Amino acid sequence: MSLIRLQNIARRYQMGAEIIHALRSVSIEIRRGEYVAIMGPSGSGKSTLMNLLGCLDSPTEGDYELNGENVSEMDDNQLADIRNREIGFVFQTFNLLARATALRNVELPLIYAGVPAEERRERAREALQQVGLTDRVQHRPNELSGGQRQRVAIARALVTRPSIILADEPTGNLDSRTGEEIMHFFDRLSGAGNTVLLVTHEESIADHAQRIIRLRDGEIAADESRARVPEAPA
Amino acid sequence: MNLLLELGEGLRIALEAIRANKLRSILTTLGIIIGVVTVTLMGTAIDGLNRAFMESVAKLGVDTLYISRTGWFVESYEQWMSLRNRRPITLRQVLGLEEEATLVTAVAPIVETMQSVKYRDREAQSVRIIGTTEQAVLTGGTGVARGRYFTAEESDGGRPVCVIGSDVATNLFPHTPPMGNQIKIGFQPFEIVGVMEKQGSFLGAFSLDNQITIPVRQFISHFWHDPDFQIQVKVANVAWLDEAKEELRGAMRKVRRLEPGEPDDFDINQQEQLAERLAVVSRTIAAVGLFITGLSLFVGGIGIMNIMFVSVTERTQEIGLRKALGAKRRTILIQFLIEAAAICILGGLLALAIAWPLTLALAQFMPARLSLPLVGLALLVSLLTGLISGFLPAWRAARMNPVDALRNE
Repeated sequence: MSLIRLQNIARRYQMGAEIIHALRSVSIEIRRGEYVAIMGPSGSGKSTLMNLLGCLDSPTEGDYELNGENVSEMDDNQLADIRNREIGFVFQTFNLLARATALRNVELPLIYAGVPAEERRERAREALQQVGLTDRVQHRPNELSGGQRQRVAIARALVTRPSIILADEPTGNLDSRTGEEIMHFFDRLSGAGNTVLLVTHEESIADHAQRIIRLRDGEIAADESRARVPEAPA
Repeated sequence: MNLLLELGEGLRIALEAIRANKLRSILTTLGIIIGVVTVTLMGTAIDGLNRAFMESVAKLGVDTLYISRTGWFVESYEQWMSLRNRRPITLRQVLGLEEEATLVTAVAPIVETMQSVKYRDREAQSVRIIGTTEQAVLTGGTGVARGRYFTAEESDGGRPVCVIGSDVATNLFPHTPPMGNQIKIGFQPFEIVGVMEKQGSFLGAFSLDNQITIPVRQFISHFWHDPDFQIQVKVANVAWLDEAKEELRGAMRKVRRLEPGEPDDFDINQQEQLAERLAVVSRTIAAVGLFITGLSLFVGGIGIMNIMFVSVTERTQEIGLRKALGAKRRTILIQFLIEAAAICILGGLLALAIAWPLTLALAQFMPARLSLPLVGLALLVSLLTGLISGFLPAWRAARMNPVDALRNE
């Protein structure tokens, strides 16, 4: 059974008098454990697709089944629940709370899941350990480097043990060396059996994935699976 | 996610946000502080006023009726014109009433004037001189602190004795005990037989202790030959107040020889009438106070609303992130409501800190006290102001679309 099943998904926006067809008719199936990159030039609909996959937005037409649940018909609050349970987001701009420590930033999704304080802290610590930030637990984002910040964000995405890790241009704000380091974490997450979805416009980033879905003008232009790229020598 | 956890988290975020914007938060609370200080001071003042009213009214006694030529409250010029032609109440009528009334324990004629009083080289100006009988000690409800009241014999025989109020006693006899001494009221000598208990003032207008009580016959012969009397009547049992009033009315008509069908040419007053009047006055003051207070709180509330809109706009991305991580509409709504409420409660606490010394200062001039219910009210008002003015901004935040909010830079 597929983890993600999109069937004839269309998303249209009203822009004044004009109707924008961001996605025309997209059908995708993604199995559990896949490492997928979604690529396309700007205006291709990849951001719209990411928002739909992340349950941040609902399709105008078509069905979206995530982990056996039809999310295309859900209301705001149900979607919030699904996002909390099923999806770990990693954003280009990190999106950490500036006033909160790394630990508290990682705890955040667990708060919304209603996890009691002690367990929350325990799990957040574990997640930070997984990204190698054990010694930065009490640091605030402005005391961390860009790469460290993104690692905190990855810990935050992991902490709920979601079905999907959804990364939107995760290296876009990092220099290429740090970017490679970050990609290394995604490779490891995928290797550990997580389902990882990358949205990117950079071929070198997409090269990390086993499957690349290319969008153009709101439709799938190519969907190619390939053998895993061997880990680059350090 | 349960509500308690949500409230706790909301409070934590709110305090972080307030701490991050200290100056702004303090400036914002200024409106609330002014509003709550007004609420508190106004409440204190109204409280004190009511208490003073009630104390004064209580001095009249629940079981005491006051008969006089006119009522206590004359509503209009026309009414006054019709009242002023009523015949005065004479001493003979008072004595006649005493004979007739059965449901009462005491009937005292009251007549008063102002005189200066002298003891040797000490003089007190404008002392109230009251002419009455020994019954007044029963109707007035004030006891004798030292010495005694004058007796029925002294009253009937018109002996020149007097009972002085406590202010008169301290003014004329700062060092020596007053009893047995002779004072001069006007030019007439009177022997002091007693000093009354301290009574305080009536409605803050005049002191009830700056007075001297003398036998009514002395009063008539020295100060006023044909006065218009008032009558104080003590009813035997409070439960019979209405019956006693009816009986007194019949008796008054009889002693004043009114024909059947003629209207009463006197009025019977009681505590209740004054209490009602004062209630109207204090309600009016409270209404005006509430309006002013409401206005200042309204302005403060608009300040809070404004700053909360700013806060929501500034934190659009944060709202988007929280929503992406699973915050529901309700969670965001509660978060911002708590922030607004926290700012207002902070303002309320600061306001109380300011109002407290102000109340103490105010207490020098009038009965004022910062009571616990008032403190509770002030905090409740701040909380409500926060919730009401924070609602619209919080609602806007709660309804934000996560995609747009996240994209916001």
